[in-house]
This record gives sequence, C-alpha cells and structure tokens, in this order.
Amino acid sequence: MRLVVAIVRPEKANEVLEALFRADVQGVTLSRVQGHGGETEKVETYRGTTVKMELAEKVRFDIGVSDHFVEPTVKAILGAARTGDVGDGKVFVLPVEKIYRIRTGEEDHAAVTPVQVVAAGRA
Amino acid sequence: MDTPTLVPADTAWLLVSTALVLLMTPALAFFYGGLVRSKNALNTMMMSVAALGFVGVAWAALGYSLAFGEGSAFVGGLARAFLSGVGLEPQGTIPHLLFMAYQGAFAIITAALVSGAIVERMRFGAYLAFITLWSLVVYAPVAHWVWGGGFLAKMGALDFAGGTVVHINAATAALVAAVTLGQRKDYARQAILPHNVPFTLLGAGLLWFGWFGFNAGSALAANGTAALAFVNTMLAPAGTLVVWTLLDLRRSGKATAVGAATGIVVGLVAITPAAGLVGPMAALVLGMVAAFPSYFALVYRARTRLDDSLDVVAAHGLGGTVGALLTGVLASKGWNGTVDGLLHGNPAQLGIQAVGVVAVIAYSGAASFLLLKAIALVMPLKVDKREEGLGLDVSQHGEEAYADDEGAILILPREGADAPAALPALAAAAAEGGRS
Repeated sequence: MRLVVAIVRPEKANEVLEALFRADVQGVTLSRVQGHGGETEKVETYRGTTVKMELAEKVRFDIGVSDHFVEPTVKAILGAARTGDVGDGKVFVLPVEKIYRIRTGEEDHAAVTPVQVVAAGRA
Repeated sequence: MDTPTLVPADTAWLLVSTALVLLMTPALAFFYGGLVRSKNALNTMMMSVAALGFVGVAWAALGYSLAFGEGSAFVGGLARAFLSGVGLEPQGTIPHLLFMAYQGAFAIITAALVSGAIVERMRFGAYLAFITLWSLVVYAPVAHWVWGGGFLAKMGALDFAGGTVVHINAATAALVAAVTLGQRKDYARQAILPHNVPFTLLGAGLLWFGWFGFNAGSALAANGTAALAFVNTMLAPAGTLVVWTLLDLRRSGKATAVGAATGIVVGLVAITPAAGLVGPMAALVLGMVAAFPSYFALVYRARTRLDDSLDVVAAHGLGGTVGALLTGVLASKGWNGTVDGLLHGNPAQLGIQAVGVVAVIAYSGAASFLLLKAIALVMPLKVDKREEGLGLDVSQHGEEAYADDEGAILILPREGADAPAALPALAAAAAEGGRS
C-alpha cells in the first residue's frame, strides 16, 4: 500500500482529476495549498507597495492505493499536470503502515479497493 | 421653437441622467466581473473601468465632433474637435457642454459592452487600443447616422435611446472580436463557472438604476416623454424577468440567479429603442416577447464553438434587434405625438427599422474586423496559453482580486545608506517564509 501525494498547478487540477478517473483511480482527497518550488515569483503592486509573491497557489492530491495501482496513478498525474515550465509540482510516493475504511472497518488492500471492483470479484 | 433657451428643469434632469449613465459602466464591471473565474476578475472589471478613461478622452478629443459635428450623411466633421465651440449655449433646452457629456457616457458604456465577448484571453494593451479606436471609427459614425442628422435619421429610423447605436452595434463588434480572437483554451474542455454571482446581481441592479438615466434622459428634457420612457424602463424588464424565470423553471425546475440578472439586462436592452415611443402596456409586451429569442440563443450558444464568453450577442444583439423591430410595430402617435408603427397603421416603419438594423450590423461588423486586424499587425491580440492558465489578473495587471498576504515579501526601494540596514531582517523573513 502506498500514499501518493501530488502537488500540482490549480489550473491543472481538473485535468489531473479526469486522468485519474480514466485510470480507474476513484478514491481522491484534494486540498488547496500554498507552496514554493523554485518557480519565478510573481511581482505584484498595490499603490506604492511592491511585493514578491513567494508562495504560489497549488492543489494537493492525497491518494491511497494498493501497490499495483501506484504506477497508473503516478502516470496519470505526470501526464495531466505537466506544462513543461518550472512550477508544475511534485509527486511523492510514501509507504503506508495501515489503512482502515471507516464505514466497514475493512483493512489495508480491501480498504482502498473501490466497492464496485469488489463486486466484480477482482479483489 | 423660435430661439432656443435653457430650461432649468431640463438641465437639472440631464445633469442627473449623465451621472446615472456613467454609473452603468462600473455597474457593467460588476455584472461581467461576477461571471468570470476569480483569476480573471480584475481584468474583466478593468475592461469596463478603462473605458471610462480611454473612451472618455477620445470622445472629448474627436468622438463628439465625429458623431454630432456638422458633416456628411455618414460622419460628422472635425469642427467640434477638442470641444471647440462647445460651450454653455443652448443645445435644445440644455447647455451644449452637458449634451456632449451625456452622449459621452453612452460612448463609454457601448465600448465597455464589447468586452463581454473576449474576457479571460485578450491582452490588455490591445484591448485599450481597440476600444479607443473603435469608439472613434465605429461608434461615432453610427451615432451620427441615427442621432447626429445622418442618413438613418433622415430616413426616419426610430431609436429612442440606442437599441441600434449602442446594443446592436456593440454586439456585432463583440461577435467579430470573439471570432477573431478565438476561444479560451479551456472553452468546452473544462467547466468555466461564474466566481461571484452576487456581484452579477449587484451589477444588474445598478445597471437598471443607471438605465433610467439612459432611457428617460434621452428625452433630453424633464417632460412627459421622459416620464413615459422612465415607466417603460421599469415595466419592460419586469416583463422579461417574469418570462425568463418561467422559462428557467420549465427548463430545469429551478429559477436561477444568473438567469434573473440576464433577464433584467435583456429587458433593458429591448426597451431602449422604444422607451419614449410606445405605451406602457406595449412596453410590457415588448419586454416579455424579448425574453424568448435571447433565452434560447443563450442556451444554444453554449453548445457551439463560438466563445462569446458572456453572451453579448444573445443579450444585446438579439435583445436590441427585437427592440428595434418592435419599435416599428408598437410605436404609437397617441403616446409619442409624432409617429405610428405597424399596429397603428404604418407598416412602412417596420421596414425602415429593419434597414437601420442591417446597416449597423454591416458597418460595425466590417469596420470592427478591419480594426482588429490592423491592431494585430502592431501587437498580438491574445495572451499565450501559459498566461491564460495563470489568469489575466496577475499576467496583465500584476494584482490579484483576492490576494493572500502569506508569502508576500515586501520589496523595499534601495535608497541612500540607511536602506541596507533593513535588508538582513527582510532576507531572514524570506527564509522563514519557506525558502530553505
């Protein structure tokens, strides 16, 4: 089991979501975050005050997946979130010790396997 | 009238009306600003706000003379350029200078209306060049045709407050601009939602308020005609709003707020050419009828490849056309004292109205297209895809509508020997702010 954490551009968030759904990744948590990753800072001016915006708006995806799903998930994100400019973001893949599905108490692989896939007998 | 004299009541009403019409442009900024995504809110609002300055200056310099100066049937001369000879002498019953300002507020809002078709993608510099030149090359001649003694005026075309001059004219330019610039990169690929519907409702409310000056002020006097135009400006949009809401309910089971704001504007547009020429019940009918073409055009347009982003063509083009034609049907001598329409036994008027509509569409379409192409020779019209993704607020204005001060590092001007002392602290703050 892995936790895939992706930080992407906000304007790419919808495309990433679409790519994930197309790759059959259905359990996704999304949050708006701010970060800095070496891109050129935006300079903004309000009356006499000029500021450098060191933090850029980003969207963070948290996706818990079973091992064989890691690659399609990461591929989907890389494909959909890339513009080629600095600031496209990062994907982190982390080991996960334990997963529980709150509704049923299922653990680990069963907990991150979408319900209809269970019904189809793939688990 | 033997010798023209100033009438204080008329002057007072036109002073107020001019301010009301000028308010419509910031109102439009809110109406349009609410309908775009938050990353483009300032850019969209600035497209209206900038017209207050750029078109206002162009109007005083040349526009007024080209529209209302003595000239040919097609365009005024240059005798009134830089307001030469425009003083406090009577023009009708109000000071000439006030008449100039009142008409100037019309030129400003008309140019700003065009922006709705090209939001979220046009470079701001190219936009400024376009509306400034457009107000001189397109708006001023068309205003001359209808109000400045040009050929449509001589034919007897009726346009009380600007159905053809303002709305059909702006909508044609909007259509041409939307096609010339092309779609936004996300159009029909992603959902593009209004970011602040309350702004749009606020804008619609302020537009309605300002429109009383637009229509009732067009009587150019504080008289019965002004009262008629005023009441019609209240009744027609009410009719449109009711029909629009019912259409919404029939289509989706829900009465939408964006729909209500749109319905109000369509009703205001439609009554504009007819305001002082038709009776109040005719105005109500006109407003109700006008809802249908615009409503279905809006629904249909969203499925096409035409990215007229805020539906200037459906709202102003169709609304203006329906209004201009129905003026030729519903005009009543009993109310306006001078001319009847089709319903009152003068079918020729409808034909004259149609000629006016076609003439304005043809000229505005061709001239707006050539103007955009000419500007495109000097500078690109559209921002690149990367800037479009980032949003035009940051890329065009270096500001954000909803800025967050987290991570904003102050850039201090370096002056004298004292300044560097402040800098180490600043660098430390920057490091603390996430740069390790």
